[in-house]
Amino acid sequence: MNLDIMALMRALPGSIAQGLIWGVMAIGVYITYKVLDYADLTVDGSIATGGAVAVMMMLSGQNVYVALICATLAGMAAGLVTGLFHAAFGIPGILSGILTQLGLYSINMRIMGKSNQAISVDKYDLILSLRDIPKAMMVSALFCVIVIGVLYWFFGTELGRAIRATGNNENMSRAQGINTMVMKVIGLMLSNGLVGLAGGLYAQYQGNADVNMGRGAIVIGLAAVIIGGVIFGKLFTNFALRLVSVVVGAILYFVVIAVVLWLGLETTDMKLISALIVAAFLAVPHLKGRYNASHVKRGGKENA
Amino acid sequence: MLELKNVYKTFNPNTPSEKRALNGLNLTLEEGDFVTVIGGNGAGKSTMLNAIAGVWPIDSGSVLIDGQDVTKLPEHKRALYLGRVFQDPMNGTAADMEIEENLALALRRGQKRGLAWGIRSKEREEYKELLKTLDLGLETRLRAKVGLLSGGQRQALTLLMATLKKPKLLLLDEHTAALDPKTAAKVLELSDTIIEEHGLTALMVTHNMKDAISHGNRLIMMADGKIILDIKGEEKKKLTVDDLLHQFSVASGSEFANDRALLG
Repeated sequence: MNLDIMALMRALPGSIAQGLIWGVMAIGVYITYKVLDYADLTVDGSIATGGAVAVMMMLSGQNVYVALICATLAGMAAGLVTGLFHAAFGIPGILSGILTQLGLYSINMRIMGKSNQAISVDKYDLILSLRDIPKAMMVSALFCVIVIGVLYWFFGTELGRAIRATGNNENMSRAQGINTMVMKVIGLMLSNGLVGLAGGLYAQYQGNADVNMGRGAIVIGLAAVIIGGVIFGKLFTNFALRLVSVVVGAILYFVVIAVVLWLGLETTDMKLISALIVAAFLAVPHLKGRYNASHVKRGGKENA
Repeated sequence: MLELKNVYKTFNPNTPSEKRALNGLNLTLEEGDFVTVIGGNGAGKSTMLNAIAGVWPIDSGSVLIDGQDVTKLPEHKRALYLGRVFQDPMNGTAADMEIEENLALALRRGQKRGLAWGIRSKEREEYKELLKTLDLGLETRLRAKVGLLSGGQRQALTLLMATLKKPKLLLLDEHTAALDPKTAAKVLELSDTIIEEHGLTALMVTHNMKDAISHGNRLIMMADGKIILDIKGEEKKKLTVDDLLHQFSVASGSEFANDRALLG
């Protein structure tokens, strides 16, 4: 096996760009998984919905920004459906997400008319593409900064804090007059809106929207959240910085993938690698906790 | 002030674990009443508080707060009228949020929460003053996460939160049961002070007969989802634990078989 370090170096900028785009998506996952304490599997479907909506709108001659706004709205609609399944009909959280995700497959096929719709950067005015990686990095980084800024503000408002309280302690939240059902629905909409936006960006980046582009997206999002948390959890307690760590987590995830590919594994092995990475990072805090518990050093409770 | 009229609640109806928790419960509280609630396990004490708070819908009967029928209102809407402290200190606060954030959440109890910033700077001064009265050193730790506090500190904070916006009725559900004796005494004393200062109407469930006797102006005893004893005024002041045990066996026809209640 011939390992050419330069080949890896050439691959890294692309990984960083992908990490930044998926960072937007991972921030969405952070909102459900960490803020709301809700494992939302809708995202596997809503990221493809975002991609499909964005691409089809651009193909029909719409402005790229209008297309991205609609991709975001489509994602929010998906989140609304999951939220209603859960809050109004009492379906367990994970199952609600799975149902929406499954249903979205058919909807995404309807939106696109076939399983894959290409969009060429030569013919359309895309704001990012893998043909121009430095630009893709800048554009996606800009989106990350804007998203983090807006969310930092939002989660500091009365409404945003009520959503955080709901994720923290539902009993207490209701006792303080917070409608926890509505808060969960809003959180899911916000989260999936960001995921839809990321889908719209990623479709442009790779030059097509594919009905399968979201398969395993939740695992990538979780990987980013968890990697970011394990590395920066102690360091970053500020909300905005925590979101930054999620984006960094996404970048690291794609760098690891690039390294693994460089070592000679097939792209089809990536799902397995992803699952193992997430499992490993999820196991770390748990094992650390067990170690601390059995070695009597004052550990304190994990509260990340 | 508070009226419970013929309230029934059965858990797990039509199953082997069916449990009739409230069995035609009637209770009327006057403005300023501080009522202690005792009774054996499963007597319906906490269930009564949850029925008032609207944690789940009751099967029949009605709940009136200050003349308003709230029977059909969901829990988060009734919060406008109620301050609540729970048995589990973890239950009353948001662990991953700061002390001042928790207080700010409580200050807006029952209000619409919009896109205004969640804490105003002048609130902070007020919070500092209030935290000082707890005498737990929390006034210098406004930005500390509540998860870092001890059970007693959290319970004291919850008490403060429950009364930050003056409630029509304060519900204390065995709020000192999970604390060590010294902390429990302190939190209880604090409860007394706050209730007296604001002239609050309060219901306090306790397992401790001595506490039930020495606090409040009225004592009720529950069994099988009903009130079997209601003592107030001068009569309550003269009450002893022995009296209570005797009254219990007379009223319910059985011994008060609960070690925790006796040991207090």
